[in-house]
Amino acid sequence: METLKSAQIPVEACLSSSVSTASVTTLPLRHSALVRVTHWIITLCFFALLLTGVEIVISHPRFYWGETGNVLTTPLFRLHIPSSRALVPTGYGYVLPDQNGWSRALHFEAAWIAVLTGLLYAISGLLTGHFRKDLLPNRADLSWRALSTSIAKPLRLERPGEAEASSYNVHQRLTYLFVIFVLFPLVIWTGLAMSPAFISAFPASVTLLGGRQSARTIHFFVSVALVLFLLVHVAMVCLAGFSSRTGAMVTGRTAARKERT
Amino acid sequence: MIDLSRRKLILTGLAATAGASGLAVAARLAQKYGLVPPDHGGIYGLGETLTFASQRLLTRHSLAREFPRSQISPRPFPNELAPLTEDFKRLQAGGFTEWRLSVDGTVAQPASFSISDLKSYPSRSHITELVCEEGWSYIAEWIGVPLSHVLHLVGVHPQARYVVYTSMEPNTWDSIDMADALHPQTFLCYGMNGKELPVAHGGPLRMRLPRQLGYKNIKFITRLTVTDSLKKFGKGVGSAASEAGYAWYVGI
Repeated sequence: METLKSAQIPVEACLSSSVSTASVTTLPLRHSALVRVTHWIITLCFFALLLTGVEIVISHPRFYWGETGNVLTTPLFRLHIPSSRALVPTGYGYVLPDQNGWSRALHFEAAWIAVLTGLLYAISGLLTGHFRKDLLPNRADLSWRALSTSIAKPLRLERPGEAEASSYNVHQRLTYLFVIFVLFPLVIWTGLAMSPAFISAFPASVTLLGGRQSARTIHFFVSVALVLFLLVHVAMVCLAGFSSRTGAMVTGRTAARKERT
Repeated sequence: MIDLSRRKLILTGLAATAGASGLAVAARLAQKYGLVPPDHGGIYGLGETLTFASQRLLTRHSLAREFPRSQISPRPFPNELAPLTEDFKRLQAGGFTEWRLSVDGTVAQPASFSISDLKSYPSRSHITELVCEEGWSYIAEWIGVPLSHVLHLVGVHPQARYVVYTSMEPNTWDSIDMADALHPQTFLCYGMNGKELPVAHGGPLRMRLPRQLGYKNIKFITRLTVTDSLKKFGKGVGSAASEAGYAWYVGI
């Protein structure tokens, strides 16, 4: 399975053992059905969380460090945008309409769906060896030489080679692992650390972060990091071929072979 | 081939039936144990219910964090206040001696309390953070009588499930379940930072429950109604806030 996935097998080799009408099914799937379904559910949730998160920030576009912070205290920094609350000093002469009611409701509903979907993905990823096989980098790929060659390619806007149509390169692997096991858990943790009920049961979840306002500020920066990841991710998909890569995440099969052979 | 698909069909049907009845049983149990919020309808009902049910299970007896006196915010931010009504101004001119808190509903002895009545009961305080849904917060010492004390005085009937509390401000009312109503940190609050509760912060009487966000801590409380159902209050979704699209339960 391992060799099938990463090696470049000519189409003929796959065809030889089966009738031509069934040929497509013998090609290894680039993405399993579970990966594809969870990918798009989480994508939808992410956009909902981002939109509603921005709306919630608009009601108080100031950030603090420590336990408390409000318009009577000095912020760590503030966003130079108008606010949906009259009492927030923004320098703008107008107040935006309040969208927090539905924004908060959708934010938490999308968070629930994303977290439950993410758990399903994480558990199945451990059980099927998806993390070990597809995401854990090979030791050989972790040398400086290998890493720098691998990162230089997209920076020179070189399209990825054939091997990458069926397997992730080392930077993808490291980035996806970082997003899945660092950024996602951190954004969930800092979100929960803002909940007065949750922290009444688990006070360490907020004290470890240095206070409730620190949790909110970290939540903001992790969200910014996730948006940056999304931008680079989509840019790389475009570089590799938007329709073939997106198609692979929808149907599971890569169209790369057909295009290039 | 046909056999296989028939078997598949039957299995799928059985799985779907099991799933649906499992969900129905879960919903029945959740209702029975008070894990379904009154605003469980609509497209956000799933999220609201999951949040309320899980937090209720996790936090039924947990206490909000309390802080040392040194962490009290020097300038607590009182937030926006609607213009005070004439009725309020009249009571304020009289030093709130005429202020009354009436308690009714499914109780043995409906009663009415003045602020000095409430102050004559054992007074409690906690130094806790008030957190607004917008994101800002401050820490203050809150002084009052535990809501549970007043509920015990009037004798709450065993079928009671919620306490509805109403403000003197127009169209301002909210409700909490008995887990929050009987929670030791839930106060009818009349003092702040060693002094009388300022009007800007809801004086003379405010609901204070530190495990929920600011807007649940309604100012200028004049009435408590104990009830077994929220259906007959307003549109039946539990609060003026949830009628305006804001969640009834705001533990997050």
